[in-house]
Amino acid sequence: MKRKGLLLAGFSALLVLLTGCNSLAVLNPKGPVAKTQSEVIIFSMIVMALILLVVYVLYVVIISKYRASKAAPDYEPPHEEGNWLLEMIWIVIPIIIVTVLSVVTVRSTSAVEKVPAGYEDQKPLVIYASSSDWKWHFSYPEEGIETVNYVNIPVNRPVEFRLYSFSAITSFWVPQLGGQKYAMSDMVNTLNLVAEHQGSFVGKNSNFSGKGFSQMEFEVLAMSDKEYAEWIKDVKNTASELTEEEFNTLLETNFVGRKTYTSTHLDFRPAPEGENAGHDHGGSTDSESNSDSEMDHSEMDHSNMDMDHSTDNTTNGN
Amino acid sequence: MKWDEFFVTGEPMIYGAMASIVLASLAIVVGLTYFKKWGYLWREWLTTVDHKKIGIMYIIAALLMLFRGGMDGLLMRAQLAVPENGLLDAQHYNEIFTTHGLIMILFMAMPFVIGLMNVVVPLQIGARDVAFPRLNAVSFWLFFAGAMLLNISFVIGGSPDAGWTAYFPLASIELSPTVGNNYYSIALQIAGIGTLLTSVNFLVTILKMRAPGMKLMRMPMFTWSVLITNVIILFAFPVLTVSLALMMFDRMFGAQFFTMANGGMDMLWANLFWVWGHPEVYIVILPAFGIYSEIISTFSRKNLYGYKSMVYSMVVISLLSFLVWAHHFYTMGHGVTVNGFFSISTMAIAVPTGVKIFNWLFTLRKGKIEFTTPMLYSLAFIPIFTIGGVTGVMLAMASADYQYHNTMFLVAHFHYVLIPGTVFAVLAGFYYWFPKMFGFRLNDRQGKRAFWLIAVSFNVTFLPLFFLGLKGMTRRTYTYSAETGFGPLNMIASIGAIGLALGFVYLVYNIYWSFRYAKRDTTNDPWDARTLEWSIPSPVPEYNFALIPKVNGLDPFWESKKTGQPLTEGEYEEIHMPNNSGQPFILGMIFMAFGFCMVFSWWVPSIIFGIGIVIMLAVRSFERDHGRHISVKEIRETEQRLRGEQS
Ligand code: HEM
Ligand SMILES: [Cu+2]
Ligand SMILES: [Cu+2]
Repeated sequence: MKRKGLLLAGFSALLVLLTGCNSLAVLNPKGPVAKTQSEVIIFSMIVMALILLVVYVLYVVIISKYRASKAAPDYEPPHEEGNWLLEMIWIVIPIIIVTVLSVVTVRSTSAVEKVPAGYEDQKPLVIYASSSDWKWHFSYPEEGIETVNYVNIPVNRPVEFRLYSFSAITSFWVPQLGGQKYAMSDMVNTLNLVAEHQGSFVGKNSNFSGKGFSQMEFEVLAMSDKEYAEWIKDVKNTASELTEEEFNTLLETNFVGRKTYTSTHLDFRPAPEGENAGHDHGGSTDSESNSDSEMDHSEMDHSNMDMDHSTDNTTNGN
Repeated sequence: MKWDEFFVTGEPMIYGAMASIVLASLAIVVGLTYFKKWGYLWREWLTTVDHKKIGIMYIIAALLMLFRGGMDGLLMRAQLAVPENGLLDAQHYNEIFTTHGLIMILFMAMPFVIGLMNVVVPLQIGARDVAFPRLNAVSFWLFFAGAMLLNISFVIGGSPDAGWTAYFPLASIELSPTVGNNYYSIALQIAGIGTLLTSVNFLVTILKMRAPGMKLMRMPMFTWSVLITNVIILFAFPVLTVSLALMMFDRMFGAQFFTMANGGMDMLWANLFWVWGHPEVYIVILPAFGIYSEIISTFSRKNLYGYKSMVYSMVVISLLSFLVWAHHFYTMGHGVTVNGFFSISTMAIAVPTGVKIFNWLFTLRKGKIEFTTPMLYSLAFIPIFTIGGVTGVMLAMASADYQYHNTMFLVAHFHYVLIPGTVFAVLAGFYYWFPKMFGFRLNDRQGKRAFWLIAVSFNVTFLPLFFLGLKGMTRRTYTYSAETGFGPLNMIASIGAIGLALGFVYLVYNIYWSFRYAKRDTTNDPWDARTLEWSIPSPVPEYNFALIPKVNGLDPFWESKKTGQPLTEGEYEEIHMPNNSGQPFILGMIFMAFGFCMVFSWWVPSIIFGIGIVIMLAVRSFERDHGRHISVKEIRETEQRLRGEQS
């Protein structure tokens, strides 16, 4: 059968690709988070391939053996109500498989939510990554600098991205460093990543956010500590300050190229966390910063969250 | 408002669409007038309360929508075929994937399923009608009104463009200022009310109107799947009703349930949407399972293996379907506990689904398998859907989903579930029950050719998307650069889509050809099938069963053929049937006008049409209509004519 041959070919191609093809970004990790995820993916693919194999073998055997054209003309198929033992087998074995996968999932999920193993003792570099229509702003509160549409990070150091949005929900994703997380306007999400290789990685928004969505890509450049320190120094010497006025212009412009500043917007437009937060999801995150955002909803204070810009933003842009 | 704001302007493709809509409508009007068919149309179709005719109208509408949605799919594939393509701009692409998703799920898959269930379920349970025939017509015309509203948005005012999920704040009036998402909230609301009414109608029909002796555990599997589906609708659709109403308040009356400021919660929308949205995918999948069960058992000439575990697994699936919605936004920052819970509950669904797959395989085992067109679709379903299923388990693992979420991997997965699951099933069911509806079979050889074209092209179209996802290609992106390396696989997928389109065109040709040339058969049982609907003449007379059958086991018709025991006994008696009515159609049209005015915030006409709706309902509640009786003589003549006997 042509179709089935095609399927099998497709899936064996998949298995070949798993073992080494570098063109699949997700399976070509450059940091521990993406590595954990790629291991989970490959493990699940193997389990799934086995399941497929069982079903396909049964299927091919049955379909070729019991076709009417091969049966004797007087053959009368038997009446079969079912078989308790057989049905138990195909209930219990899948339950076992699902249990194994559940354990793997919960463990790996908790691993990728934390600072990656081996990096717990380092103080993470905090970078606020916020999106607006249609660009990414990266604020480095420790260094007091801000970039637009690119982010430089030191290699082998945990980076804590704090994600939020000035407009539609976006999703911050650097496939080779780790899976994505949403950036939303009323709360801050945390994403811990580490780059273990120097180099340039593609980052993007993966959650549809309107007209300019396809253009929302940024570069993540992982560099040695020394290069990173030099870059910071360089920025401080050459770039200009980010004024509130300049920032508002940025927000209102649909597309801008790369930008670099010697101050951050956090001073005059703080992130929606702590007393600025709309709410949080109550999920357990380990970072300390999140605990102070657990506030009573009745006390929500939005006076600092001036969201009006989004209105002019879209109407201008059209 | 100016004309060029009202009509969508400036794009040759849209002018083309307008022209073709106008031409098609003109052709219909002229044709009806020329052949003097207005009266026929009104008497036989627009005013009908016959569940079989309503079912056929659902199916025709669904096929039309399949082509509308398919055109959208083709356009998207054309745009993505090569990097930096300039065929469509971002806005146009966004509108197209939004309407594609909406139309395929809500106005193609679901109505097709509802159409088949309208035709088949009363026949399978030995009933003369549905519980509330006129309500059934109301359901159809509300669905139709919703579908038309969404379709005209393309040329009048602009289509919704925030994805079929319409996440807030993107779908809010600030970020999506055109009327497109007003259409979303109103068209879906109207159609959704229709669906909810259908659910009540069929629940009562199945629970109350089965032939004597048909216990629940003797119902055919398709009827079982419809019963469970309608329970899901009954619980899921009110959530949609409320969410859409909140959306409407936000967009049109300045409320702030989902906005960015003033305490609005964008994730409240996501939660509400998927509390409805996940069960919705089971609403279109479970009846498909039922259809396959009927067809596989008929064409392997065996009873269904593990009937009981088939029923229980559907019940388990329906319960679990309400416990998994958050797997659509693992990445919203829920933390490990919540994501872990939703991962495990999602993967648990694989267990009952697997039970069904193995039961089908064991139904085939020791059978006498005949490869008719409906059987080919059912057989193709097993291996392809299994790929959809196992990739679903992969997506269910939260940590891994952080990498697949919002990528082409997901797009590949859900097409692998929805197309072999639902689309193949409704096509299989269409071929299978076609003789019951029209009294002749669709040409099998052409049907098989169309099948192979569709099945092969399907894999060519969607298999590459798994790899594109792993390469990092996001969904809903209208363009990509050549450096990404996404080009070649996208090209393959687009070539596959052309094959798919040709397959569907051939399928329509198959229908056309068969209507003209296929041999009419007078047997009522062309497939040598097992369930009650095959015991009555084709096409089925309006009263379905001249005599109500007595059921004392599973597959009663098969038993009666084997043992020679007649299904029915006694003499013909007068049959009471409901009268046709123009009210459901008129009500639907008023709803459409009401919805249209609401979309544009034209309050005065909205209020007038709103009052019109209330008046229609009031008229109905004071009406006295006791239906009519079909005389014994007429029954006898009809039966003789349809069974090809001489009188
Ligand atoms: C007939 C052949 C089909 C083709 C060529 C096709 C193609 C596509 C493409 C290209 C996309 C958008 C990918 C993206 O840009 O993210 C898409 C999305 C989608 N398709 Fe299909 N599709 C087909 C059939 C179906 C069917 C039968 C269904 C459902 C029963 C369906 C449901 C969806 C949904 C729900 C979406 C997501 C829309 C959204 O993101 O808002 N498609 N399809
Ligand atoms: Cu939130
Ligand atoms: Cu779901």
